[in-house]
Amino acid sequence: MRLITVAGPPSSGKTAVICKTAETLQADGVSVGVVKFDCLSSGDQALYERRGIPARTGLSGNLCPDHFYVSNIEDCLDWGEQSSFDLLVVESAGLCNRCAPHIKDVCAVCVIDNLSGVDTPRKIGPMLKMADIVVVTKGDIVSQAEREVFVHRIRQVNSSAVIIHVNGLTGQGGHELGRLLRDAAAVDSLQGKLLRFSMPAALCSYCLGQRRIGADFQMGNVKKMELG
Amino acid sequence: MDNSYADMTLERLFCEQPHAREFFSALGLSALPEGQTLGTTVAALNEELLLDVGIERQDLLRQFSDYMAGVERLRKQQQALVSSVTVLGGHDKSGNPENFRLELRPGEVTCIVGPTGSGKSRFLADIEWLAQGDSPTGRTVLINGAAPDLARRYAVEQKLVAQLSQNMNFVMDLSAEEFIRLHAESRMIADPAAITATILELANSLAGEQFTPLTPVTALSGGQSRALMIADVACLSSSPIVLIDEIENAGIDRKRALSLLADQYKIVLMATHDPILALMGQQRLIFKNGGVSSIRSTSPAERANLTLFEAMDARLTAVRHALRNGEEIAGGW
Ligand SMILES: Nc1nc2c(ncn2[C@@H]2O[C@H](COP(=O)(O)OP(=O)(O)OP(=O)(O)O)[C@@H](O)[C@H]2O)c(=O)[nH]1
Ligand SMILES: [Mg+2]
Ligand SMILES: [Zn+2]
Ligand SMILES: [Zn+2]
Repeated sequence: MRLITVAGPPSSGKTAVICKTAETLQADGVSVGVVKFDCLSSGDQALYERRGIPARTGLSGNLCPDHFYVSNIEDCLDWGEQSSFDLLVVESAGLCNRCAPHIKDVCAVCVIDNLSGVDTPRKIGPMLKMADIVVVTKGDIVSQAEREVFVHRIRQVNSSAVIIHVNGLTGQGGHELGRLLRDAAAVDSLQGKLLRFSMPAALCSYCLGQRRIGADFQMGNVKKMELG
Repeated sequence: MDNSYADMTLERLFCEQPHAREFFSALGLSALPEGQTLGTTVAALNEELLLDVGIERQDLLRQFSDYMAGVERLRKQQQALVSSVTVLGGHDKSGNPENFRLELRPGEVTCIVGPTGSGKSRFLADIEWLAQGDSPTGRTVLINGAAPDLARRYAVEQKLVAQLSQNMNFVMDLSAEEFIRLHAESRMIADPAAITATILELANSLAGEQFTPLTPVTALSGGQSRALMIADVACLSSSPIVLIDEIENAGIDRKRALSLLADQYKIVLMATHDPILALMGQQRLIFKNGGVSSIRSTSPAERANLTLFEAMDARLTAVRHALRNGEEIAGGW
C-alpha cells in the first residue's frame, strides 16, 4: 500500500484536494482511504464518506495533533492494510506551525492556499519546507501575478518540491496530482522510520495542563522574549 | 552540494547574487555575519536556531544551491521562446475522432465557444498537461512542432498557461506600484522599476478611468483591476499562453487589451459567449460533447458584422449611460 501524508494550515483546502484527487484515482481503479487527524472536532470524515471514500478520524484533544498522530500512525497503516486500500492518505490539521507529520521515505504533501497571503510560506515550518509535493489551492480567485509571486515564495523555502496548482472546487489539476501520488513509494511498515523533522515535545508546564500564570508556575523549557 | 558557494563570503555572495539574501531571510536566518564564508557560517549556526527555523544543517547548503540553480534557470528561460503550440485531435465523450491539427502561434487570438460541460476546460487542461495521448481525450500537444520534454509537466516555473477570469481579484495589501514591482522582482527582471512604470501606463491606457501608482490594488474598480491584470500578464507573466475567461464589457477597452497581449507575443485563448469578443479572434473552436466539433476562421463577412455589432454595442452603452443620468430613453437611439 502507498502512504501519503497531507498537511497544511486550517481551511487551506486539504479535504477538497484529497476528494477531487481520490475521485480521479478511483475512476482509474485505485482504491483510496483517508485518516483525518484534528484537535477538537472535524466534519471531514463525513465529507469523505459522502463521496464514497472510507475514512476514520483521530482527535487529539489537548495534545498537539501532530504528536498524537505519530503515536497512532502505525495503527492507521494496519487499518489501511486490512481494508486493502491501494493508497492511504493521512490528512493532518497543521495547527501548530512547528510540527509536521512528514516521514522520511513516505510521500509528503503540503497544501497551502493563495488567499493566505504571500508571507505565509515563510511562516509555516517543516510542514512546507520538507514536503515533496506542494499543492497550491484557491488560484481561481486571485490574480495571475499573485499566483506567480506565491510560487516564488514557496520556492524560497522549499527548492526541490514539485509545486502544483489544484482547484479544490472544480478539481482542475487533481488528475495530475493523482498521477504523482500513484507513483509514491509503497510502505509495508513504519517500524523504525524517522520523522523528517523533530517535533518539540511537551516541554513546559503549560504543555502539561498548567493554567495559572506567573513565574512560579513556569517549569521546564521556558523561553523569554526580548522586548528591548 | 555546491562547494563554490560554501567557499564564498556572504558579503561577496550577496553582492554578486542579490537573490541569495532573500533565501536566508525567507528561512528566518537574517543578520548572518557577512565576513566569513558561507560554509563556516552554516557550520557555526546554533542548533537551537536551526530547530526554530525548521531546517537541518546538512540540508541548508543543498537547498541553497538548488534555489540558486532555480534562479539561474528562471533568468535563462526569459529568452526561451515558444514559437508554436500544436494540438492534435483525440476523441469526444462518445469516442468519435476529432480529426484536427491546430496550430497556435504567438500574437494570435483563438476563441473557444460552446455550452458549459462541452469540454472547454479539459481542452485547456490538455494543453497545460502537455497531453501525449494519455489524457481522457486522447489528444497530443506539441511545442515548437515536437514532442515536449515531459519533465516540463511538473515544472511550475515553466507553466504554459496564465489565466485571467472574471472571478479573480487582487487580495494583496499593496499599492499598484508596489504590487507590480513585487511581481517583477520575483520574476528576476533586470530593471523592475522601468517595467513597473510601463505596466502602470499600459493599464491606464486600457482602463476607462485612471488610477495612480499609489492606489491600493484592492481599491481598483472592476475595469481597472482587469486592465492591470491584463497589462501585468502581457509584460510579466512567464507563461507564453494566456487563457481568458470572458472580459466584462465595462470600464476597459477590450480590443486594445487583446492587441496588447498579441503585441507581447502571447498565444491568446479566450472562452467567451460574447459575439463581439468571439469575432475579435482570428479563429474559433466550437465545442460539443467533450470534443472540438469544428474550427472556423473569422471570415471577411464576419469581420464586417463585427463592425456593425460594435456600433450596436456603443449605442447600448450610451443608453446605459443615459439611464444612469436619469434621462428619458426616448427618441432616436
Ligand atoms: N475558491 C476556492 N475555494 C476552495 C478551493 N479549495 C478549497 N476551497 C474551499 O475552502 C474551504 C476549506 O476547504 P477544506 O478542503 O475543508 O480545507 P481543509 O484544509 O481540509 O480544512 P481543515 O481540514 O478544516 O483544516 C472550503 O469551503 C472549500 O470549498 C479552491 O481551489 N478554490
Ligand atoms: Mg480537512
Ligand atoms: Zn506541535
Ligand atoms: Zn508548552
